[in-house]
Amino acid sequence: MLITQLKPRETIEALTEGKKVFIINCHGCKEVHFPVEEADELQKAWTAQGKVTGILTTDYICNQENMELRLRKHMEEIQAADVVLVFSCGVGVQTIAAYLEEKKVCAACDTCPLPGFQGVTPLEYKCDQCGECYLNLTGGICPITACSKSLVNGQCGGAKNGRCEVDSDMECGWERIYRRLAQIGRLDVLKCPTQVRNFATDDDV
Amino acid sequence: MKITELFERGEFVVSAEVGPPKGFHVEHLLEEAKTYLSGITAVNVTDNQSSVMRLGSLAMCKALKDKGLTPIYQLTCRDRNRIALQSDLLSAAMFGIENLLLLTGDHTKLGDHPQAKPVFDLDSVSLIHAVKKLEEGVDLGGNELIGEPPKFAKGAVVSPCSDSVDAQLAKMERKVMAGADYFQTQAVFEPEKFIKFMEKAKQFGKPVQVGIIIPKSAGMCKFMNNNVAGVHVPEEMIEELKKDKEKTKAGITGVEIAARIIKECKPYCQGVHIMALGWESKVPDLLKAAGI
Ligand code: SF4
Ligand code: SF4
Repeated sequence: MLITQLKPRETIEALTEGKKVFIINCHGCKEVHFPVEEADELQKAWTAQGKVTGILTTDYICNQENMELRLRKHMEEIQAADVVLVFSCGVGVQTIAAYLEEKKVCAACDTCPLPGFQGVTPLEYKCDQCGECYLNLTGGICPITACSKSLVNGQCGGAKNGRCEVDSDMECGWERIYRRLAQIGRLDVLKCPTQVRNFATDDDV
Repeated sequence: MKITELFERGEFVVSAEVGPPKGFHVEHLLEEAKTYLSGITAVNVTDNQSSVMRLGSLAMCKALKDKGLTPIYQLTCRDRNRIALQSDLLSAAMFGIENLLLLTGDHTKLGDHPQAKPVFDLDSVSLIHAVKKLEEGVDLGGNELIGEPPKFAKGAVVSPCSDSVDAQLAKMERKVMAGADYFQTQAVFEPEKFIKFMEKAKQFGKPVQVGIIIPKSAGMCKFMNNNVAGVHVPEEMIEELKKDKEKTKAGITGVEIAARIIKECKPYCQGVHIMALGWESKVPDLLKAAGI
């Protein structure tokens, strides 16, 4: 089972300040606990301020076909937004970010593990429920699962011809992250402060 | 002595590398280091290089220091979590070891214990950050150290001829922001690429030592081209090594090539770091041929 919790208010404010926002909520699988009320309250306040171009509440956004079908109906609202803010687990955010590759897609939640079963969605994108979602610093590609060393501060010296040092069949995750950030014009996020991972997440939940 | 003091004085800093053995008899290695490496500024000691289990870097640093050499303690994040790393840093300070080279480290799968757990609790950047904290008198947990905090020269690595050079430059910048004082590079065989890299890297204002490997044979170069990240030996160099087998075997061709690379890179950097890989005895000749 997973639990998603809203990122700290300041973090979310910083991501959306002065920006038009398109919101995607995923109330997907039963295995995920979702902060429905808090998210709702926040989104209502933004709507009142006129900063929301549209809201899509759906389930299983990690199912690509389903997600694409629903998103297509909202394309205008999405184009009108500066940021697409996704309230879901890490897999959902990655699926959206890969689909809207030209858009700035941000995660509004952190994903943590809870004892019990995981959702059984067919997973093209992986989330290890690290508790401190890094997707906003990595262009929507998960550094925990896409990098063999789960590095959160950038590429190691081991990539050769764009492949990971551990597995030459696998593209280096940080190569992908760099390319995506360059594509969406967000290389500046690489200048963020040093990230030190917190492995104590299950105590916090 | 901290090697940063020499960079500050504008000296061209020369270091070489020593890899501890798989065993604890180091007399021979120490003799060799004393004979061939006494003339240079500092000696790096690798930390279970290529994820192959060996004698510890810290112990070897201490032994070299006792012989009058200046060690650079290499520390990777592969085998220890942040508690062990910080503890070892304090141990280094107690031994009077002042120079560090802080790396992420190769993955355990590449070495001789592929079953081992890869740690990577920290990475090169957060390890530099941790050292900086210790220097400020607090550990990563936010707890105060007792007594005068340690002071180190904090080195880091970068791979200038990597096919992902932009991602490497971005990482270098993060290391600078975290507190890196100087850089050593992955082995360079393509001076043009290095010079281009330095044009971009000089904005960070940190001294860079160009990494040099003395090529031993055409076979070694081909191996590196296929297997070592960020290293590419051009075809002409491989041909040069093939030409006169005896001369290559004696190390003369390799020294000539390496000296040429150093000469070409020297105007653009602040030092050289030699990875002799067993050819420590060739280091004095190389430096002479390179005019250092
Ligand atoms: S960074 Fe990766 S592992 Fe961590 S919550 Fe986000 S998607 Fe999941
Ligand atoms: S090569 Fe790339 S994916 Fe592999 S460990 Fe290094 S940074 Fe991570």
